[in-house]
Amino acid sequence: MKQLSTKVTSNAHGQDSSYFLGWEEYEKNPYDEIKNPNGIIQMGLAENQLCFDLIETWLAKNPDAAGLKKDGQSIFKELALFQDYHGLPEFKKALAEFMEEIRENRVTFDPRKIVLAAGSTSANETLMFCLAEPGDAFLLPTPYYPGFDRDLKWRTGAEIVPIHCSSSNGFQITESALQQAYQQAQKLDLNVKGILVTNPSNPLGTMLTRRELNLLVDFITSKNIHLISDEIYSGTVFGFEQFVSVMDVLKEKKLEDSEVSKRVHVVYSLSKDLGLPGFRVGAIYSNDEMVVSAATKMSSFGLVSSQTQYLLSALLSDKKFTGTYLNENKKRLKIRQRQLVSGLEAAGVTCLKSNAGLFCWVDMRHLLDTNTFEAELELWKKIVYEVKLNISPGSSCHCTEPGWFRVCFANMSEETLDLAMKRLKEYVESTDSNRLISKSSHERIKSLRKRTVSNWVFRVSWTDRVPDER
Amino acid sequence: MVALTAEKQDHNLLSRMAAGDGHGENSAYFDGWKAYEENPFHPIDRPDGVIQMGLAENQLCGDLMRKWVLEHPEASICTAEGVNQFSDIAIFQDYHGLPEFRQAVAKFMEKTRNNKVKFDPDRIVMSGGATGAHETVAFCLANPGDGFLVPTPYYPGFDRDLRWRTGVNLVPVTCHSSNGFKITVEALDAAYENARVPVKGLLITNPSNPLGTTLDRDCLKSLVKFTNDKGIHLIADEIYAATTFGESEFISVAEVIEEIPDCNRDLIHIVYSLSKDMGLPGLRVGIIYSYNNRVVQIARKMSSFGLVSSQTQHLIAKMLSDEDFVDEFIRKSKLRLAERHAELTTGLDGLGIGWLKAGAGLFIWMDLRNLLKTATFDSEMELWRVIVHKVKLNVSPGGSCHCHEPGWFRVCFANMDHQTMETALERIRVFTSQIEEESLKLTKQMAKKKKCWQSSLRLSFKDTRRFEEGFFSPHSPVPPSPLVRAQI
Repeated sequence: MKQLSTKVTSNAHGQDSSYFLGWEEYEKNPYDEIKNPNGIIQMGLAENQLCFDLIETWLAKNPDAAGLKKDGQSIFKELALFQDYHGLPEFKKALAEFMEEIRENRVTFDPRKIVLAAGSTSANETLMFCLAEPGDAFLLPTPYYPGFDRDLKWRTGAEIVPIHCSSSNGFQITESALQQAYQQAQKLDLNVKGILVTNPSNPLGTMLTRRELNLLVDFITSKNIHLISDEIYSGTVFGFEQFVSVMDVLKEKKLEDSEVSKRVHVVYSLSKDLGLPGFRVGAIYSNDEMVVSAATKMSSFGLVSSQTQYLLSALLSDKKFTGTYLNENKKRLKIRQRQLVSGLEAAGVTCLKSNAGLFCWVDMRHLLDTNTFEAELELWKKIVYEVKLNISPGSSCHCTEPGWFRVCFANMSEETLDLAMKRLKEYVESTDSNRLISKSSHERIKSLRKRTVSNWVFRVSWTDRVPDER
Repeated sequence: MVALTAEKQDHNLLSRMAAGDGHGENSAYFDGWKAYEENPFHPIDRPDGVIQMGLAENQLCGDLMRKWVLEHPEASICTAEGVNQFSDIAIFQDYHGLPEFRQAVAKFMEKTRNNKVKFDPDRIVMSGGATGAHETVAFCLANPGDGFLVPTPYYPGFDRDLRWRTGVNLVPVTCHSSNGFKITVEALDAAYENARVPVKGLLITNPSNPLGTTLDRDCLKSLVKFTNDKGIHLIADEIYAATTFGESEFISVAEVIEEIPDCNRDLIHIVYSLSKDMGLPGLRVGIIYSYNNRVVQIARKMSSFGLVSSQTQHLIAKMLSDEDFVDEFIRKSKLRLAERHAELTTGLDGLGIGWLKAGAGLFIWMDLRNLLKTATFDSEMELWRVIVHKVKLNVSPGGSCHCHEPGWFRVCFANMDHQTMETALERIRVFTSQIEEESLKLTKQMAKKKKCWQSSLRLSFKDTRRFEEGFFSPHSPVPPSPLVRAQI
């Protein structure tokens, strides 16, 4: 229909991919413990539903914030009129301090460099509008969050060129992969404007190492390009290792006030760490004044509701609450992740060793009929329709190796997770026996050997990563 | 490799969009805002500060809103009465929006159109305020380089909202004071034929910002017919729908298309918001309502970039479902708007200052053409600077709204209390009496001089529109233009 724009008539929003089939199936037949115990369990949704009780308790103890009051007086009228795109100063201050707390106060964030946005979806798109012309490219390590295809490219006209990462080293970013991606962009005649990484990674659940971060900072320095670090999962780190932000590395390299630091931008959100995706709270943090200025004006297209800013400024200003919350959040995530990992192990399935995020990157390569994406899709369909688990196939995250799946664990109860693991175990066992029956003895032995070897290899390897939902 | 200068490097590192002026905020018109921000009026702390009359906000019914919120703690997901819903709402990020929110908004849209049309909740798409709605609609209906026709004068924000990130152009359709700034088919045709870009649609604001006028049924029908004939879209920004008062009637495009049986509804879209009608700009509730299914689908996907906070959706759903409250709110809002409007216009009438007769909006369109030194926008800017810096009222000059004729100013009245309005009127009274005094002085001086001069002055003082700082043209001897009071 030529009366509509090409943005409408094309499918660049990316939502026609088969990946969304899983979502649709889930919506037709959603699991419910009582009403629909045979329904599909949603494991494709990276949500943090483990700590609402902490927030609800806080609300009960803080009636002023809960009731949009200050010193007992309703300030609803004032909030209703507040539409300044600079945001509520108390909120930005509290947000900056919360980001510092997550990084154990090793680095500081200046509230004046924060730009609020309607979720990290909007923050990422806005940064693209500020940094790239239509046709410019950003390099992204694979696998990456499927939503980036829409958020970074759809309305901006920017391009994504993948930095291929492989399971051979735990999907870490290597210098040669970076160089290859850069050269590939040049071959395609695309002007590379920067690199975007997600740290901790979605879908992998791992954190970037210092080596990788240094590599990235050195690379952008030499090429005079930008680095966007999407750190929306920074508060979900539950392992013993410390979360290293790109801001830490800039500090360590004494680059904090340098020209390079102006090309490093952090994206944050409260959707994952606090489990509040409905509130649409995203942020851009940039040392470049022009970026802050332009992005602030662009935020007019998606400001954060003033009542939400007010509530969250009170919540995040309560340091006792934030300290308790961050600790408890980690504990609960760790327990739930352990439950998923052991459940998978019981089914003979391993995953990439991870210590962050709301998901695991699960290795089901041994369950594929052939080492192809077609086989991955076949397996995925079986898992959705027969096992009744909606998980995210690696191909939707642009993974270069078939057989990897992202499986979420923080959006359901322990009992539901238990049930999901039982279903998976039953499926794997039935598949194994089917395979044994259908194959010849020679092939049987060969495949058994292969699987045993590969299982052994994966059990000792520390590398693995996972897919993503919208 | 030639090293770039630091500045040029900066400019190459950022997009042209970020480095350029497309946001429109470097225009001279922001001086008024700056003057206000540096010295905002406060009846006690800053009685000589600048009074903000450039902000189209509806602040007259905040007390009703506050009362309702206090009496309905269950509408909040944070209070004891509502916290049982906290987790469900906090995780709700479905871009379809809460069904109860869409239903309540659809109902509210019907009420503000006197229940003459029905709105389908499934066509309601959220956006980041009307600002976000307009940008999204532009992304959906036009490609970079295409254009939308927009009647002048229009809301200055359109330059940014419709063009900045979309690459779409605005093609002005000139309207004149000679017929009360009505949109004529001749003007539309002329603009369409002479457009240097492919025209994809016509954007109208009804009730109008900055005029405050409403389009009559015949005019609306002719606009629908014009756009249908040309196969272009009609986007109706109806964000001031419930701000009509007195005898003024608001007729929505939704009503009119029901009367045109062969209307191509795929070309009809409405932009709405709760910022003006309900006085809630801080909550960022924008709505796209399209009759085109594909546009609804895609706009909904784009709404991911500016969803309404689920906390707000929940509150609004509860509030707008309280039909008694809504009916009472609309009724009181109109009464209070009418009162405040009457206060301002009666005051202006008494001073012989003209204004465009209109019955909607949160502002009036004031006629100060006879105070201009020359009928130019430079003169208008001069006058405006005097009003901002000497009279200390921040008003919006017509040039910033792309008005074809200099001398018109938009003056907001719904964002202040009665005392502030009185203060503003007093300042205008002082301003006009100063003009009179100066003109009397000048008349005497000129009369003296004339006796000594052989040749007579080419222009009599009464006809002159001379205006200089500290030297004001006569006011009361020059009657306001009869067109200013023309019926529309």
